[in-house]
Amino acid sequence: MHLSETVTSGFYFLAPGLVLVPVLGLLINAIFGRNFSEKVVGTVASLASGTAFVISVLLAYSVAVNHGHAVSVPFAEWIHIGDLKLDWTFRVDSLSTTMMLVVSGVGTLIHIYAIGYMHEDVRFKHEEGRFTRFFIYLNLFIAAMMILVSGDSYLMLFVGWEGVGLCSFLLIGFWYEMDTLARPSWANSNAAKKAFITNRVGDFGFLMAGFLMFWHLGSFQFDEVFAAAPAIAHESPWIIVAITLFMLVGVAGKSAQIPLYIWLPDAMAGPTPVSALIHAATMVTAGVYLITRSASIYTLVPQAQYIVAMVGACTALFAATIAVGQYDIKKVLAYSTISQLGFMVAAVGMGAYVAGMFHLITHAFFKALLFLSAGSVILGLERGHHAHAHHAHHEEKPKGKKKVESGHGSHGGHDDHEEVFDPGDMRNMGGLRKTMPVTFWLYMIGTLALAGIFPFAGFWSKDEILLDASLHFTSVYGQLTVAAFFTAFYMGRQIWMVFFGEARTDAAKHAQESPKVMTVPLMVLAALSVAGGALNLPFEGFHNLGHWLGHTLGEVEGLPLNLQVAGISTALALLAIFISWLIYGRNPLKAGQIDPLKKPLGFVFTGMENKWFVDEGYGVLILTPFKKLSQFLADVIDWRFWHDFVHDTVIAGTYNWLSEVVLSRYADQKGIDTFFNSWGSFTQWLSGNVRRIQNGFVRSYALSVLLGVVLILGYLILK
Amino acid sequence: MVPVNYYVILSAILFTIGALGVLSRRNPLIIFMSIELMLNSANLAFVAFASVYKTFSGQIFVFFVIAVAAAEVAVGLALIVEIFKAKKNINIDEMNSMKG
Repeated sequence: MHLSETVTSGFYFLAPGLVLVPVLGLLINAIFGRNFSEKVVGTVASLASGTAFVISVLLAYSVAVNHGHAVSVPFAEWIHIGDLKLDWTFRVDSLSTTMMLVVSGVGTLIHIYAIGYMHEDVRFKHEEGRFTRFFIYLNLFIAAMMILVSGDSYLMLFVGWEGVGLCSFLLIGFWYEMDTLARPSWANSNAAKKAFITNRVGDFGFLMAGFLMFWHLGSFQFDEVFAAAPAIAHESPWIIVAITLFMLVGVAGKSAQIPLYIWLPDAMAGPTPVSALIHAATMVTAGVYLITRSASIYTLVPQAQYIVAMVGACTALFAATIAVGQYDIKKVLAYSTISQLGFMVAAVGMGAYVAGMFHLITHAFFKALLFLSAGSVILGLERGHHAHAHHAHHEEKPKGKKKVESGHGSHGGHDDHEEVFDPGDMRNMGGLRKTMPVTFWLYMIGTLALAGIFPFAGFWSKDEILLDASLHFTSVYGQLTVAAFFTAFYMGRQIWMVFFGEARTDAAKHAQESPKVMTVPLMVLAALSVAGGALNLPFEGFHNLGHWLGHTLGEVEGLPLNLQVAGISTALALLAIFISWLIYGRNPLKAGQIDPLKKPLGFVFTGMENKWFVDEGYGVLILTPFKKLSQFLADVIDWRFWHDFVHDTVIAGTYNWLSEVVLSRYADQKGIDTFFNSWGSFTQWLSGNVRRIQNGFVRSYALSVLLGVVLILGYLILK
Repeated sequence: MVPVNYYVILSAILFTIGALGVLSRRNPLIIFMSIELMLNSANLAFVAFASVYKTFSGQIFVFFVIAVAAAEVAVGLALIVEIFKAKKNINIDEMNSMKG
């Protein structure tokens, strides 16, 4: 079903540019980047992303002036087999343009920020040549994400889905030969592999959903699937349940839900702009987008919706508790991201698609802001550390010789320190409010938005989810409310630990503010985090996003503000921040002091600190048996049984026996040799006897001739 | 006119005598004579049939046979002379150096 014939005006013809422009950008950087300065590389990449944003705006405008009609823009033929026609078609409707705007908008800001961030990061790691590579990957990601959100069929969506997975892998393992502290190690590449492999489990679910869909609904194309689904749901609902639940497995992989969330915290090994762009704002929300896109299928099977909502709610709560016990500034945000993704999945599971998408958008703003600010903090500390270390260094050795920097994973500059300094550990921070004031205020805005304090963006979107939950799913509502409480608490803890109190290390004391190229994009994000709630205010006539998405998802009545729900969540958030002040703010953490929560909470805190031992549990339950199984398969099945027994004994043995005994000894020596030898002896015997005829007596020859003639004549006569 | 059967029978008798002579005698001169006998029995048959069928081809063939027989005897006698020089003997049973 193509709607393109009904609508012709607009900028739809630009849609392929969403993918082609970032690809062009990455090609320019890949081919000529060697000769470009960092500024040119960064500008090319940012322009590519910015152009995609402009195209997204124009497409959104086109959708708006065409009253929200969905338009399919055919671009290229892809697979035509029999009746199956899979083309690369861009789908432009209100939902996809919303995603395009978020991806390219936040993406462009992060591109700009990354120019400043990577400029320093590659220098701290002594790998300046990788600057260009980073932006190539980043543009590739934008292109893949655009394929994902603009695809007109599940298969095109899957192409983008895998593309962003690849980019995620490449960027998590960007510093592949070191760990997060730049020591030589395979930790980062292992994190990349973990992300990729965990996502493969999810992709299995997605593929199964796709196969079932094709088998029973006969198409991958969105409209055709949605049109065919109700009939199937009526006949055999289990098919739709299976499709939706398999899809949930894919969502759990990509959007880091229980039980596949374990890769996201490790993904923090990637450079911070990557954590912000891919692992907070855009890629991980692909699962939420997928469910929202498939709203017409999910709505058919309430059982599956319930499971989705429960998975989301459990993830939200579970990850929030882990975030409380983390010390790494990015790990806290990573678990926070998992938790917030849980909110979104719970929302779309409940059928509150607008609320889920709303939270997706505001979360993209404030979580990108938080991550990028955290990156600013980390770099600030790194700068302070280097400045101080070099200072001390020069004091000790006035004519300090230039250190030999091997480059490969070396932590040059401060090798002589006994301990490697971790600029991401919040215990190494403190008091940054004075040294990094801009970052502090930006971080505060992000925190308040995430904690859901009125009137920041997070308040409106989170409240919409909570309101929907309170109306439909009380248990989900309870879990999400508790998760919101924890959210405010761990963010308060982070703020007190990072920005208040006294500097706990020299690096924190000498921390330096980040340059404008980094802080200006942050300010834009901060403005969005403050005002993003205006997209969908819960008042009559202000449900803009709801109305906008309603073109695609079907019009839903916007809920009015429920003061009870909003009041409870705000009160809990404020209470949580107050408690965090009591614990971390009133008596700031001293250098070397253990976390004050550890004592009262005891083993509970140990659990939070160690991520509830989920990774270890997976190790015992899955990895160890899996390794044992593979060892068994390798040692016993493959080596001993297959190689030693089947190949060596059975095949080679049989072959040897066959060739040596049967073929050589019996068949050849006894059979063939005997036959030909006998033939030879026979010929010899025969010729020996026949020879006697040739006796040399002329008269006997004459007799033979005569007899012959007589015989022939006799034959001729008697014939 | 003598019937042709008589000629044919006479020719067969002569041929048989010649053949027996070739097979039973050890003296090559006698064998040659026997061979001449066989050839002439054939000649007799040729001319007999030629006169019956009123055609010259049989008679012309006889000339050929006589010519070949003369050549053959010439070669054969020359051989016998040479063999006699080598062996001092022309017993045909002792000429078996070609046996297999």
